[in-house]
Amino acid sequence: MVDAQIAVRPIIGLEIHVQLLTRSKMFCGCPVRFDDPPNSLVCPVCMGLPGALPVINRRAVELTILTGLAFGGTIATHTKWDRKSYYYPDLPKNYQISQFDLPLVSNGHLDVDVGHGEHRVRIRRAHLEEDAGKNVHDVGGHTLVDLNRAGTPLLEIVTEPDLRSAEEACALCTGLHRLVTYLGVSEGNMKKGQMRFEPNVNVAIEHDGVEYRTPISEIKNLNSFRAARDAIDFEIDRQVAAWHEDHSYVLGSAPNENRGFDADRGVTEFQRDKEAAQDYRYFPDPDLVPVNVSDAMLNEIRQSLPELPDARTARWVKDHSLSVEDAATVVGHRATADLFDAVISAGGPPAIVIKQFVNVWLSHAKQRGVTIGDLGIDPERMAELAQIVADGTISKTAADRVAEIMLARNRFDAGTEDASDTVTPSVARTLPTTKANNAARCPSPLALAKELRLLQVRDTAATDVWIDEVFAANEQAVQDAMTNPKKRKAAAGFLRGQVMKKSQGKADPKLVGELIDKRLTGSA
Amino acid sequence: MTTLDEHTVRHVAKLARLKLSDEEVRAFQEQLTAIMDHFALLDEVDTTGVEPTAHALAIDNVLRDDVVQAPLPTEQTLRNTPARHGDHFQVPKVLNQESS
Repeated sequence: MVDAQIAVRPIIGLEIHVQLLTRSKMFCGCPVRFDDPPNSLVCPVCMGLPGALPVINRRAVELTILTGLAFGGTIATHTKWDRKSYYYPDLPKNYQISQFDLPLVSNGHLDVDVGHGEHRVRIRRAHLEEDAGKNVHDVGGHTLVDLNRAGTPLLEIVTEPDLRSAEEACALCTGLHRLVTYLGVSEGNMKKGQMRFEPNVNVAIEHDGVEYRTPISEIKNLNSFRAARDAIDFEIDRQVAAWHEDHSYVLGSAPNENRGFDADRGVTEFQRDKEAAQDYRYFPDPDLVPVNVSDAMLNEIRQSLPELPDARTARWVKDHSLSVEDAATVVGHRATADLFDAVISAGGPPAIVIKQFVNVWLSHAKQRGVTIGDLGIDPERMAELAQIVADGTISKTAADRVAEIMLARNRFDAGTEDASDTVTPSVARTLPTTKANNAARCPSPLALAKELRLLQVRDTAATDVWIDEVFAANEQAVQDAMTNPKKRKAAAGFLRGQVMKKSQGKADPKLVGELIDKRLTGSA
Repeated sequence: MTTLDEHTVRHVAKLARLKLSDEEVRAFQEQLTAIMDHFALLDEVDTTGVEPTAHALAIDNVLRDDVVQAPLPTEQTLRNTPARHGDHFQVPKVLNQESS
């Protein structure tokens, strides 16, 4: 379809809505919750009754400023609130309260990297607004309206059209998701629609020395990273194909469009020609007075800005010689990253601590549907477990077993070892988490290793006994290892693993390897 | 005198979801022109050196703490609606909705 003489350059910008993590709504005290019975979280303000007065939620303003600082934005000293015309019953005031010409944040940037170096994406602005409720369509020929979500605080972030592929756009979305969840400004729960994406897409096509630009499509309301990527990819192809017909599908001759994405069929569909911005007929909201951000307020928020993931990764790579990949698995979740730092401060050798975080603690946490911090193991104990592996007291395999017992004996169980698998996250969070409590209950990994007889055995005679048993039980593997060169390596590896297992991880892997090799070659 | 052209009147009507007859378009063109002219008087005020304002009151930063207050009981929320379906408001079918 695309001939060789044309060069296609996608031009993509994003509008991203982020639901802010507040207890109450943007302009009234109604609780922000998901899945409550319809119209049970509503008051005169968010249902738009005449005479009701909105009042700005301070927390939402603070969270917006915090996010703006994190992406290097300029925080306005003076902002105001505007009404944006809106026609649907899920926002019954007939307008949405938003910020038009004086947003709280302007400028800033985020970097994306999709494998060929970092690319800086400029952010144009970020402003606060209120979410709409929900319309349930087509019920007996009517529309049903639930206003629970109406008035929920939304942060809208708008990028410049600096993105050059669906992959880059997707990377920006995930990067922003990491940032807002790390900052704690949003839960970022995609299933609950807490982050929604609206890409603006067109393409520059170079053909016989002439550059054509297709009309801009705004793809509305995408609620997953995958949908964002697929919709953009589809839209790029669609626009190039439309241009191909007679080269008349270009800006100026064809209108800009709003399009919807059908995730099941993977296609974007025309919704309507895009109205120009002034047609929203923004005007200042007389119900709300301006917000002036004082230096004092700004400084206070700046103080609460944590070390951000990129800076933290760089520090870990430099100070602890971690790989960027390993660091990335831990750095994205702030409490987990804080815990990692605490374990290192407590004397944990970084190279082993990071492996235990990734391979042991993280997988236990995942199994239980919680974060590592929720496991309730002291940083000091985690550090000790890494130390006794580092100094050869126990093997890595034995450390896995010790970790399991630590969890079983710790607060994650309420008396029996098995309880660890049944505890739900919400229960786990209500269990005691104070240090004193943990210290009293969290067993020492070294003591546990001794108790469980997991201390590494470097005794040749004892190791030979395990090898005898394993060789007797796995004659075929022994045969393969000795006679079949193709299978030799795999069979020997299997036998080593079986010996480690038989020893419950106590055997010294190096010694086991030497003794097995000696027997295999010795008898050949 | 600024005359509002017919195109503008039709555009404004479209935005307001109003269907106007040609006769109405002419009538509103006349009336809206008169209204615009009336407000054009404001252009005669010299605002040199006056800072633009978005609000009539000389107050700012009226903020509330992020504290939850009890919402209305659902029955009360729905009390005045002409039609309901369970605990939903029921309204005429919405077509081609575009998100906010």
